[in-house]
Amino acid sequence: MTPSARQLERERYRRRRTLTRGAVAAVSTIVVIGLLVYLVGTSPGWDRVHRTYFWWPDAKAAFPDVARSFWLNIRLFMVVEVFVLVVGIVIAIVRVIPAPALAPVKLIAILYADVFRGTPTLLIVLLVGFGLPALNLTGMPTSLFWLGAIALTLSYGAYVAEVIRAGILSIHPTQWASGRALGLTYGQTMRHIVLPQALRRVAPPLLNDFVSLQKDTALLSTIGLVESLRAAQVISGHDFTFTAYVVAAVFFIAATIPLARFTDYLTVRSLRRENGIVT
Amino acid sequence: MSGSVLRADAVRKSFNGTEVLKGIDLEVVEGEVVCLIGASGSGKSTLLRCLNLLEQVDDGDIWLGDAEITDPRVDVDAIRRRIGIVFQAYNLFPHKSVLDNIVLAPVKAGGRSRAEAAATAHELLARVGLEDRAGAYPDALSGGQQQRVALVRAIAMRPEVLLLDEITSALDPMLVGEVLDVIRDLRSDGMTIVMATHEMAFAREVADRIVFMADGRIEESGPPEQLFTAPRSPRTAEFLARHRS
Repeated sequence: MTPSARQLERERYRRRRTLTRGAVAAVSTIVVIGLLVYLVGTSPGWDRVHRTYFWWPDAKAAFPDVARSFWLNIRLFMVVEVFVLVVGIVIAIVRVIPAPALAPVKLIAILYADVFRGTPTLLIVLLVGFGLPALNLTGMPTSLFWLGAIALTLSYGAYVAEVIRAGILSIHPTQWASGRALGLTYGQTMRHIVLPQALRRVAPPLLNDFVSLQKDTALLSTIGLVESLRAAQVISGHDFTFTAYVVAAVFFIAATIPLARFTDYLTVRSLRRENGIVT
Repeated sequence: MSGSVLRADAVRKSFNGTEVLKGIDLEVVEGEVVCLIGASGSGKSTLLRCLNLLEQVDDGDIWLGDAEITDPRVDVDAIRRRIGIVFQAYNLFPHKSVLDNIVLAPVKAGGRSRAEAAATAHELLARVGLEDRAGAYPDALSGGQQQRVALVRAIAMRPEVLLLDEITSALDPMLVGEVLDVIRDLRSDGMTIVMATHEMAFAREVADRIVFMADGRIEESGPPEQLFTAPRSPRTAEFLARHRS
């Protein structure tokens, strides 16, 4: 079937329009970026900024130390992310369960979320890092790694619990009804029907919290963990330039990108499966 | 009867290589009620979605009055304001009350004042017997009530033509009647309507013309009495026979 002349004209017009729009986008991007580069590059202080923050030899020298200590950040956030997810799910479920017998547990869950969401993460890190060991409890971990992990888990668990709770509450009541009507228990309905939908729905804000968490592993430098920020600090204390900080920043940025792409992939996959949307 | 409101000329549409519309010619004149009948998958819904520009046609033209709306240069939003559509699944906005569902488009897209739009909404709600549910939220309504609100939402924009896509298919038989009553009422007002339906008795009663679609083509079209009692095409006869039993 050959298209009609009118249809061919329409397609020509649409192609031309796509090209025009692409060209406008490309030109405006180049102009904006070019202008920024020009403004920064010709600023009076650029030469000094360049030497202090973006000096290639310094970056190369700082790289091995920062990279080695960033491994600690990676181990920290990998462990904490798992803990946070568990704590978040448990607290969220406790808060939505309608059982009256759980009232005291629910009260604790509410208190936990309010207190730890309201306290600056840095304060929690300091209190846990220096306060918990001072209790001299038996079985209490004394390694800075685990103390740091506990502090971050307490803080981020509270955030994530609220995100997951919002997700659970956003699932339409008919989903609960359908699950219960099939004879599933409350717990089974939660586990197999509501929670999977809720987690999928809140994946983007959850990712936000995890990205934020990855960056906040740098706060643990305050209790003496030599992670990448501390390592950069040491280097910059030697050579009085800040390029090592920029190297550390690049590591933090690079660490969040796989997480972002993974969430994108999950979102697209569930859209495709459930709505037949191809993007 | 006066001029043509909506016209399709040789409209074609494929999805993933499957041709769903294989050259549709259809003209609807002012005040006419056209019922599209045919098996599921015959292209009724796709045709309605093309008429409203929800789907881009692969070939052919669609005219709304004297404007060719398949021209890529047209303002699609302005065209859609002139065409109402109601879907099988109601598609009310669950986060807005009945009243807010109805006044949203007249205020935001139609440029009317909220007071004026609300007055129209209340009047239309009274006509469909829902004047006391203006403050309710969609999930609190029955399917029939939701579909009546969806109809009011569409006609609140004062469209030149109303497209109805199997709007009673998701309703139980008890509730179908109340929705069909609204359509009868709209017809007596002179509204131009194109509806895809499986309600043969209703189509026969309310339509000025029946269009029978099969495999992406218009197999036969004509006045209800002729088409239902003396179909020319054996395929139409077969379809109608199966639907009567």
